[in-house]
Amino acid sequence: MAVKTFEESMTELESIVTKLEAGDVTLDDSIALFEEGIKLAKNCQKKLDDAEKKVKLLTTTPDGEIIAGDFGGTE
Amino acid sequence: MEEERVIGTVSRVNNYIKRLLDSKPVLNNIWVKGEISNYKRHSSGHIYLTLKDEGSVLKAVMFRAAASSLDFEPADGTMVVAHGKISVYEAGGSYQLYIEDMTLDGIGDLYREFEKLKAKLTEEGLFDEQFKKPIPKFPKTIGVATAPTGAAVRDIINVITRRYPMAEILIYPTLVQGVGAKESIVSAIEYFNATKSCDTLIVGRGGGSIEDLWAFNEECVARAIFASEIPIISAVGHETDFTIADFVADFRAPTPSAAAEVSVPASDELYRLLDIYRGHMNKSVTVRIDGYRRMLSRLTPRNPQDKINELSQKLDMRIQTLEQIYKLNINEKKRKIAESCAKLDALSPLKTLTRGYSIPTDGTGRVLRKKSDFVKDMEFTLKIQDADIDCIVK
Repeated sequence: MAVKTFEESMTELESIVTKLEAGDVTLDDSIALFEEGIKLAKNCQKKLDDAEKKVKLLTTTPDGEIIAGDFGGTE
Repeated sequence: MEEERVIGTVSRVNNYIKRLLDSKPVLNNIWVKGEISNYKRHSSGHIYLTLKDEGSVLKAVMFRAAASSLDFEPADGTMVVAHGKISVYEAGGSYQLYIEDMTLDGIGDLYREFEKLKAKLTEEGLFDEQFKKPIPKFPKTIGVATAPTGAAVRDIINVITRRYPMAEILIYPTLVQGVGAKESIVSAIEYFNATKSCDTLIVGRGGGSIEDLWAFNEECVARAIFASEIPIISAVGHETDFTIADFVADFRAPTPSAAAEVSVPASDELYRLLDIYRGHMNKSVTVRIDGYRRMLSRLTPRNPQDKINELSQKLDMRIQTLEQIYKLNINEKKRKIAESCAKLDALSPLKTLTRGYSIPTDGTGRVLRKKSDFVKDMEFTLKIQDADIDCIVK
């Protein structure tokens, strides 16, 4: 199964919260949804915590190719 | 009579005219707008030119000292505003503008061009709301088309990494003014679209004059922005600068920092949102479970001893009630009996006897009530309260 993107996780989490609040799911289903929801929330939290600054600069090689290199910083 | 003829020499006439013009203050300090023609810079450094408009021409000269302060290279066809003095070159018998300083009169033209292009593209519908794409909420990569140095790119990087370090920033260095700028900007937009290498693209530059920002008013840049499948946020100049690029873009930000803010969510808000979601989920499930728990306790059979005690107590109460009712009943009956006794007592014949009445009876015990019951010389008994008296009827 493909790793969920942050956006997908957040969207799914939002829909689980809505379903649980609506209240018309069986008890078994709401426990299952709750577990899934907590898992998603943990996943999103981790992504936020782990995030590192990523800045790249595109430069043209002598061959005319464009490649991405680390951005050295601005003057 | 002969009219007086004024006869003067050439020099005298020219001198008169010079003094006449020099005496007019407005001609001493004048600004003249026109197009340069017959431009000639002599080896002496002096510049000779003619300023013209649709109707006529005006000779002009700019001496070397004044010419050295020029910040552009004049040429035939250049629209300029020249400042100086109108006077007479006596030896040449002509008047001319002695230019002290001169500037380009392009600004008016630029504004005209801007309005023209704006009107044309508005009519074509390039600025219509319906074509504006929404800006992605959680972009993985933000493309940035701007100069690789300077405040604009620095601000964009700072804001994005502070708010949402999860996003990657990909910078395509572009020329943002002067020759080659519009082509450079178009290349950047086309590159990101061709490689699909970003989710949102920020196109812009820091503040400057209308000429500095001009690349973002070029038609080719506007069309490239319109054609872009990647949503574009424009960030050109300061809050008050509006370029054609701003009108075509999917979102116009007043500054590069603002553009960065619009392009990503703020992580502290996201943390807060996650907390809220967790709270809601917890509450929903807890509320349900409590509800079920309550239901369950109502349905579960209790300890039998409890039930027995409960019933026992109920029984005691019933017995008590019965006793009370019983007591009441008895008392009621007693009262009724006493009542009846009293009534009986009152009606008792024995009571009557004590009051002085007597009862006559014959030999058989029959009570003699009427006159017809009595005959002369009949024997009867008269019952009084304490004896029976034998009597004879007289």
